Amino acid sequence: MQADGLEPAAAEWEPILPALIILLPLLGFAINGALALSAARKSADAVRAGGEFDFFEGGRARTHALPTWVGPGVMLLAFLLTLVNFISMLGAELHDPWVHAYWAWISTGELEIAAAIQLDQLSMIMMMIITGVGFLIHVFSVGYMQDDPGYPRYFAYLNLFVFFMLVLVMGASYPIMFIGWEGVGLCSYLLIGFWFSDEAKASAGKKAFIVNRIGDLGFLLAIFLIYLVFQEVDYVAVLSDAESIFVYGGPAITTVTLLFLLAATGKSAQIPLYVWLPDAMAGPTPVSALIHAATMVTAGVYLVARSSVLFALAPLSSAMVAGIGVLTALFAATIALKQQDIKKVLAYSTVSQLGFMFLGVGVGAYTAGVFHLMTHAFFKGLLFLGAGAVIHSMHHALHHTHKDWDAQDMRNMGGLKKYMPITWVTMWLATLAIAGIWPFAGFFSKDEIIWMTGAMAGAENAPYPMLYTVYWILALAAAMLTAFYMARLMFMTFHGPNRTGAAEAEHLHEAPRTMWIPLAVLATLSVFGGWINVSEDLRESVLGGFGLLPMGEWLHHWLEPVTEAAHRVQESRLGEVAHSAPFGGGEVAWGIISFVAALAVVLATVRLLGRSEVPVAVEDTEPTGFARILYNKWYVDEFYHRWVVDPVLTTSRILWRVVDATIIDGTVKLVGNGARAIGWVASLFQTGQVNRYAFLMTLGVLVILSMIAF
Amino acid sequence: MLVESLVVSGMIFVIGTLGVIVRRNAIVMFLCIELQLNAVNLTFVALSRYVGIEGQVFVFFVMTVAAAEAAVGLAIIISIFRHYETVDVDKFNLLKW
Repeated sequence: MQADGLEPAAAEWEPILPALIILLPLLGFAINGALALSAARKSADAVRAGGEFDFFEGGRARTHALPTWVGPGVMLLAFLLTLVNFISMLGAELHDPWVHAYWAWISTGELEIAAAIQLDQLSMIMMMIITGVGFLIHVFSVGYMQDDPGYPRYFAYLNLFVFFMLVLVMGASYPIMFIGWEGVGLCSYLLIGFWFSDEAKASAGKKAFIVNRIGDLGFLLAIFLIYLVFQEVDYVAVLSDAESIFVYGGPAITTVTLLFLLAATGKSAQIPLYVWLPDAMAGPTPVSALIHAATMVTAGVYLVARSSVLFALAPLSSAMVAGIGVLTALFAATIALKQQDIKKVLAYSTVSQLGFMFLGVGVGAYTAGVFHLMTHAFFKGLLFLGAGAVIHSMHHALHHTHKDWDAQDMRNMGGLKKYMPITWVTMWLATLAIAGIWPFAGFFSKDEIIWMTGAMAGAENAPYPMLYTVYWILALAAAMLTAFYMARLMFMTFHGPNRTGAAEAEHLHEAPRTMWIPLAVLATLSVFGGWINVSEDLRESVLGGFGLLPMGEWLHHWLEPVTEAAHRVQESRLGEVAHSAPFGGGEVAWGIISFVAALAVVLATVRLLGRSEVPVAVEDTEPTGFARILYNKWYVDEFYHRWVVDPVLTTSRILWRVVDATIIDGTVKLVGNGARAIGWVASLFQTGQVNRYAFLMTLGVLVILSMIAF
Repeated sequence: MLVESLVVSGMIFVIGTLGVIVRRNAIVMFLCIELQLNAVNLTFVALSRYVGIEGQVFVFFVMTVAAAEAAVGLAIIISIFRHYETVDVDKFNLLKW
């Protein structure tokens, strides 16, 4: 698009081989995919011949060597390349995004869409997360998936996922983003149903895919609407013209943003479309870490942050984004309180944290939303990988003694800290981070979101001040619940007496090196990652070590070029938001409050769990009363089944049996049978008797002659 | 003269047509078809006097085609006779749906 002169060329900064960052994972997919296909073909041949195929034929050194090096290898190269570009961008003071069109992708009539990539501060942050955390999770997978016959296939899917995720964040227009959006959905489906021979897992994949389709419809409609209004679909054109074309709070902008919100609720698992994410835990645990915690599910947040001007122009949509976010945060947190499956707790926790991010971008704190996205990628990635290590170990132990217990049920665990010290320590660090304990990463990001919500409630011309006050209280409640359920998870898993049984406990082991090194790296990031965006007030106070923290509001400044238009709109409409928090307090007050609250909840949990919940055995923990409702996830799945799935199925069945089979098929059959009946009657005249033919022919000629004559 | 010729040819044609319709013997039906053809020929010749020479030219075509048709038709009848040992067309009714 540079060539078309659509925007000023950003001559001051040139990235190094940006397309290669996208292509490397694709190359990994091609290689691993070819390996997987050849193994599958050999297996099919062997099964057809009546035998069985040994996927580990020739030893793991032979079958696993290539995927092991290619899978994480391409990720490492992509990460290093991203890092080089990131560092060069750091020194460039880039203001306009760097856009480069490679070829004309769609060119029909008025519509011109180029296959273009855009690099700016936001996409750079996303790329760093995707390739960085992605690489660590690839490394973890080497250990985790070691014994799986689908090893090459797994890495093929994982590489393909990273490819699409990079397309999603690097594309320069909404349609390109949509390719990535659909692509990551496909990979998510493939990886949730990775063990497709288990029907429950296969249908969990289908559920994710189908639920996401509802959101994707919103995305498509939003693109159509944007095209209708702008005759343009690339970010640079749309976002720079938005202020002059749209009326503030007008119906067009509100519709576009609400459609984007629908898309985001699907991909980012918000109410009402969150139901697929907990089921998505059927996939391998590293997949849950990468796709369903760190990267793909944050695509909705990225979408809103990317379109921040549009959302700033639509206060109603923004209030909806924040409302859906905070409700999801609280709702999912309550469900997480009573789940027994370690991954289910983390899944609901992810839904809840995504809710916080939505709250952030909904109240106009786009930087805070992206900040929480980033810190969440660190600590939730770590929590999932840690859970993976625990499950791995539990699985081995139970496998040794042939016990058919559930390796993911926390009621079967307990006391694992003795056997898995590294996992224990790193997971605790992540837990402190997600709970919002100072000075871990989650404290700074979550606190900023909550604080900005409070600021919105007190803003001069806030559109719905009461509403934002409610949001603020709900957000605080959700943050406290977060601390509670995470502490519960840690205590049930790692503390108290061991419940696996003595024979099994002997086989519990610490994760292998390829698994604990990623844990350690992510733990470091979970501890220090929050320091890149400490607000000035906080930095000067005791919580910032009186200015000791090195980076200040770095992320704010970094994302300034992306968010400045949105902030400009906000400021002109709502006044200066940043210093109008309720009770007249600055960020310091809120920092102390949320810190104390989180700490109090953790301490309370320690007492509570120390007394009752930890030692109970499996059989006598059938929950009752309100706990039962939470345990059953508020019966949302049942509700959807009753009021959405069943009616759709019933309608389909009626349409099938009555409309299709009876009315439409009936009409078609009537025509056919009618023709046959006429033919049957006519065939009676065809006797094979020459004389009769001659007679009829003569008769016919006479009739024609008489018609001509008279 | 024209009227008489046309009346005669009309009568011959009707006789031929009726013969094709009512007779069952294949040979006789065949002859009746020849009658029809020749009734037409007669009409052509009679009218050519007033209309032009084309009518007489056409008669030669008809005679040629009739000769060829006779050859084929008789061959079919002989082959049918060899098979069924009869030329009664009521017995041949396989040529239908």
